[in-house]
Amino acid sequence: MTQFVQQLVNGLSLGAIYALVALGYTMVYGTLQFINFAHSEVFMAGAFAAMVVAVHAGVAENPTWAGVALVAVAAMLFSMVLAIVVERVAYRPMRKSSRLNVLITAIGVSIFLQNVALVSFGTVLPFPEIVPRTAWELGGVRVSLNNVLILGVTLALMVALTYVVERTKIGLAMRAVSHSRDTAALMGIPVDRVIVATFAVGSLLAGAAAFLFCIENPRVDPAMGANIGLKAFVAAVVGGIGSIPGAVVGAIVLGLAETMVSGYFTSTWRDAIAFLLLIVVLLYKPSGLFGRHQMEKV
Amino acid sequence: MRRVAIAYALVAAAIAAVWAIEVYAIPWTDPYITNVLLRIGFNVLAVLGLSLVLGFTGQFSLGHAGFMAAGAYGSAILNMHAGVPAPLAMVFGGVVAGLAGVVVGVPSLRLSGDYLAVVTLGFNQIIIVIIQNTPILGQAAGLTGVPQVTNFGWTFTWVILAAVSLRNLLDSPQGRAFEAVRDNEIATRSLGIDTTGVKVTAFVIGAFWAGVAGSLIGFNLSSIFPSQFQFDRSIELLAMVVLGGTGSLSGPVLAAVVLTVLPELLRDIPNADRYRMMVYSVLLVAMMALRPRGFLGNRELSDVVAGLWRRVRRRGQVA
Repeated sequence: MTQFVQQLVNGLSLGAIYALVALGYTMVYGTLQFINFAHSEVFMAGAFAAMVVAVHAGVAENPTWAGVALVAVAAMLFSMVLAIVVERVAYRPMRKSSRLNVLITAIGVSIFLQNVALVSFGTVLPFPEIVPRTAWELGGVRVSLNNVLILGVTLALMVALTYVVERTKIGLAMRAVSHSRDTAALMGIPVDRVIVATFAVGSLLAGAAAFLFCIENPRVDPAMGANIGLKAFVAAVVGGIGSIPGAVVGAIVLGLAETMVSGYFTSTWRDAIAFLLLIVVLLYKPSGLFGRHQMEKV
Repeated sequence: MRRVAIAYALVAAAIAAVWAIEVYAIPWTDPYITNVLLRIGFNVLAVLGLSLVLGFTGQFSLGHAGFMAAGAYGSAILNMHAGVPAPLAMVFGGVVAGLAGVVVGVPSLRLSGDYLAVVTLGFNQIIIVIIQNTPILGQAAGLTGVPQVTNFGWTFTWVILAAVSLRNLLDSPQGRAFEAVRDNEIATRSLGIDTTGVKVTAFVIGAFWAGVAGSLIGFNLSSIFPSQFQFDRSIELLAMVVLGGTGSLSGPVLAAVVLTVLPELLRDIPNADRYRMMVYSVLLVAMMALRPRGFLGNRELSDVVAGLWRRVRRRGQVA
């Protein structure tokens, strides 16, 4: 039982990180109907930004809570700026192209960013320990400060996101654009600006995820985004792409499934779980757990 | 009837020429050059298969390297443990990959483009994980002791067979269905064509040629590693098809040749390998913005040459 609760804690932490990244995929898909393959590289860039700030702003030698917050904010802002630049330079000119072409552009951007990181940073670099590795025993279950931080920050960001999407004007505009881009444009909604806002919000969350990922797994790697990004995307599809609660539920399910499998069976098969889950869900519920089924129109 | 006979004779002559080169020219060729030629052959073969899936049928597959892995490991195991002679094992390698194509294709082809991309990508990943966890396949350390059978003759015999059979297929009534599915799936279905069947067929044939290419790679260097068939290889093949032209066979073949030779020419530049992927990605993005259908679009090299020739002749008459 304690082992099960322990896996539950670990799985929720992993799922929380997947959820933050998955939201970026699902929001962009909701407005533009394409897989933003470069989102995983936005995550990776956030991790590198966090590492650079942690090392060069002196947070690594003298970690304070203000310093940790600075690192987190740096990761989020850098991810956001990068995503906005990518949207402006690579995606906006493709607005009227076929979906295949946009997808290929996104893959191109993703490979480009990954190799820019590879050329400028080399390979794997350590991430300094800025959050103390304290942990508490609660009835045999080990809960670390990282677990608390990951779940707390994620929860706070989810509440903030829900507020933005449900209660603000820009959130209303996002929902309108996601419902029908053309109709939204006819109603006077500045569609391009709403799309930029969608990218900005999604990548802020990805930057936060990168920060949380790095304090738990203390290293940065130009290829780190690919794996997390893929799984987060799978989570978004499992939950029903385009649906915000769906992405969160899918990510939690995936995080739990992965930790349970590596806890009870073997960790070497862990990376295959996500795709098995994806295939099973798509076979029985092709639009995901929370997705709306759309009719094909001629 | 006579035209068919001539066509078969030409194919036979081409294969004979390939084997003549193998016997009379390759022994005197620099092994490095031979190696580059072989790698061109592998890429051309895999790209021909992907061109059918992506270029002609419009199905987005990001897992083509997974089919190559299935072929490479399948044929090597058949040869080493069941004693199947290598050239026959290459055919079986293609069959193994084709079966993998059925397994992936039947469920996932009910999905639309983006989902298919992710499922095929996931399939590529799963194949790698399976290989890394299966002792008989050598796990991550690689499968060693594979006999070295691949040579110029076998490689280009397969390339010729693939090119000719695909050209014939695409010019047949059944072949037109591939392009119809790409251009408008709903309209195609309304004409009574089984679009899922067409897509699965494209997938299986594409996977077959990828599998043959994989088995040639497996029999080339006496060892196979799962890392040879990862996602970036699928991307490389994708780049070749997209840059060469979606809806063309000779365009992607040309792109495969250029993109295999180019890194060799840049070998002296330090870190060239890292820059290579950077160049690919910039080319992909630029191509999508400037020439979305690739270098040749849906034309073949022969159309382009014929067009140029007509223009030259017309100019000659005016002068």
